[in-house]
Amino acid sequence: MEDSLNQNTEQRPDMAAASSLAIELIGINKHFGPVHANRDINLQIKRGTVHGIVGENGAGKSTLMSILYGFYTADSGEIRVNGAPHSITDSRHALALGIGMVHQHFMLVDNMTVLENVVLGAEDSPLLAPTYAKARQVLKRLADDYELEVDAEAVIEDLSVGQQQRVEILKALYRGAEVLILDEPTGVLTPAEADHLFRILRTLRDEGKTIILITHKLREIMAITDEVSVMRQGAMVKTLQTKDTSPGELAELMVGRRVLLRVEKGPANPGKVLLEVENLVVTDDFKVPRVKGVSFNVRAGEIVGIAGVAGNGQSELLESVSGMRDQLLGVVRLNGAPLSLEGDDGAARARAAGLAHVPEDRLREGLVTAFSEWENSILGYQDKYGKGLGLDIDLARKTADEYIKKFDIRPPSKDLKTANFSGGNQQKIVLAREMERNPDVLIVGQPTRGVDIGAIEFIHNQIIKMRDAGKAILLVSVELDEIRSLSDRILVIFDGKIVGEADPATADETELGLLMTGVHSATPTAAGAGTLKNNAGKGDA
Amino acid sequence: MDLIDIVNILAQTVRLATPLILACLAGLYSERAGIVDIGLEGKLLASAFTAATVAALTGSPWLALLAGIGGALLFSGVHGLASINFKGNQTISGVALNFLAAGLTTYLGTSWFKRGGFTPQLSADQRFGPLQLPFAAELRNVPIIGPIYSGLISGYSLITYFAILAVPITAWVLFRTRFGLRLRAVGENPKAIDTAGISVTLLRYQALIITAVLVGIGGAYLSIAAGAGFIPNMAAGRGYIALAALIFAKWKPWPALLVCLMFGFLDAVQLRLQGIKFPYIGEIPVQAIQVLPYILTVILLAGFIGRAVAPKAAGLPYTKER
Repeated sequence: MEDSLNQNTEQRPDMAAASSLAIELIGINKHFGPVHANRDINLQIKRGTVHGIVGENGAGKSTLMSILYGFYTADSGEIRVNGAPHSITDSRHALALGIGMVHQHFMLVDNMTVLENVVLGAEDSPLLAPTYAKARQVLKRLADDYELEVDAEAVIEDLSVGQQQRVEILKALYRGAEVLILDEPTGVLTPAEADHLFRILRTLRDEGKTIILITHKLREIMAITDEVSVMRQGAMVKTLQTKDTSPGELAELMVGRRVLLRVEKGPANPGKVLLEVENLVVTDDFKVPRVKGVSFNVRAGEIVGIAGVAGNGQSELLESVSGMRDQLLGVVRLNGAPLSLEGDDGAARARAAGLAHVPEDRLREGLVTAFSEWENSILGYQDKYGKGLGLDIDLARKTADEYIKKFDIRPPSKDLKTANFSGGNQQKIVLAREMERNPDVLIVGQPTRGVDIGAIEFIHNQIIKMRDAGKAILLVSVELDEIRSLSDRILVIFDGKIVGEADPATADETELGLLMTGVHSATPTAAGAGTLKNNAGKGDA
Repeated sequence: MDLIDIVNILAQTVRLATPLILACLAGLYSERAGIVDIGLEGKLLASAFTAATVAALTGSPWLALLAGIGGALLFSGVHGLASINFKGNQTISGVALNFLAAGLTTYLGTSWFKRGGFTPQLSADQRFGPLQLPFAAELRNVPIIGPIYSGLISGYSLITYFAILAVPITAWVLFRTRFGLRLRAVGENPKAIDTAGISVTLLRYQALIITAVLVGIGGAYLSIAAGAGFIPNMAAGRGYIALAALIFAKWKPWPALLVCLMFGFLDAVQLRLQGIKFPYIGEIPVQAIQVLPYILTVILLAGFIGRAVAPKAAGLPYTKER
């Protein structure tokens, strides 16, 4: 461990170094267990520019920036700051090189003041009084120069999210940051606050600072960046001059053209409306609205797919409709009857009413991986296996045997710990449990995430079989191909709102991409006019 | 009840509060840094034992005091290993250390000194006895000022004066120094400390060392200042009461002093009431009186504490992602 108390005078590297590049990343690789989060990344960032990094959630943007900031260590690769190679081992080192980061979730101490947070870790001497005096001066100057006004004596928890973010920026600038990394800075901001932030960033750039902006919102990229790099699935796809590119091109690079999986399915035969969602509003754990007034229907015998870039409210939508997360406003009807989903037993009531749910994250929400296969096969339906005070274990094990046979779960050993099954087979355990209860409505999140090709086909066929049996199916997936090949109707979600509807047979991928990234919020364009309908103002389409 | 009685009860209050104040401030450093220390009780016991043992062997109260601190440091070190390095459950580690201290002190005391767990009786020069401040004797007979000065201000052991002094020092450290700022931050949001480039581990160990020094002096007070030797289980729940006082004081030094004095006062009144005959009731059984402070503790903690928000990261091991 380094000495944390006696290291406050850092040498600022010579900013007038010959290189015009503030940051250069060469061949960066990073693995988290089996996940290859960053693959051989090369990136050059010019000094005095705003450089955007776009990509879907999970594309590896945040990982890359955490490596630059010293929070993670790369498995291989080189980082050059102002032309000189450095191995950045921790945040202190990054700060000393003039690299500051504004994290997506702020690194502030909530019950301390702005002043205390700003000087924390950058104190000049063991006694705080001189540091405070100096910091007050610096904060005042920064406020004047960059519209960064925050009351220095205010306690963090009393500030708005936008103000808290300004404190994070102040922290970085107080430490003399020349390169400022912002990770999804507008996700938590109101539009007015976001505009204010962009004004601050432009001023900072004009003063010669370098800004790295991580986002998945193309509108922001077009509005503020000079250059933009696109990442997809851990790899750097391309770096472009913002003025030479278009949102369409970026969307295509971001989402990527993938080989469309062929799924054999007949035409849909929609019947009566089984699931009705009306004006649903849902907030996330940080009380930020994620679903902002969503309405749609799902009919018997059809699959409705929700397409969108991850992080636009689809997770909260699924969690809310399935009873895992309380809704703020809105009505969910099942078979015409309103469904009460509030409270801890909301999910149980939804299940009892005939709404089955395959959650997005099977390891966290779908399974107890420390339990055996047979135990997971009845989880959520265990009340049906009551026998006196105990559990009818024989019956439960018989059920597990049936599921294993029907869904070809391998290895076929019901006593094996669920953690020891492969991803595809774990998913089959969840699907078998939810589908075999004969629900009216099935909600499926990311049905094939981390599942091998063979199992993908099987799972897709099972979902279509459910549809053909007259069930209503709501599908959410970040895989656009999956949505397109399975759905009978596609709803596009962006920023918590349904911004359009498309027919999967005729939808144009570029146009879908634009809708998903919020560039065209439901204005039919020449290219997509025939296939994309404006959904705004309509409760159902 | 005249002035002398009041002075006596208040002086007794300060004496009884001394180990509570030290243990409470000790807990304050540790919990402000994000480490729950339910093992204060065990540390009091361990340091009381090591102090009494060294006092009996060497005859030096100063060496004994050092030994007391050493005993607490040993236990703090184990707690730190368990809860910082191995990211274990801090409550379980603390409880385990309490059991270890209770068993070990009795066992070692019995096998070393063969007095049923007691250490040999210490003479006055082997202990931190009462200090007479200048002019205490001369002023004794001056009305009002005399009894207050010589009874309430003078006449405590050095450790008591240190305990009182430790309160403003702690407040100053916590809110006026760089170390204090970082200490408060690491108990609230260790990630903020980590991203600021400061070692969470190092900071937490520093806090545990201060904790051990304070609680070690508190333990030594029990056996070589207030008492004259070690008695099995002589901490008698003071570690837990100090923890309760810490919560009651909302992890702030000055309120901690007040709360500890209040607990000391209840204890002093309890001692005073023993053997006194009340009108109509007669003499109350001694057990009923002894239980009084504890009942009041429960009532105060349950009813009058208000919202006590613990340091947010208290009890949570910090795992740095890599």
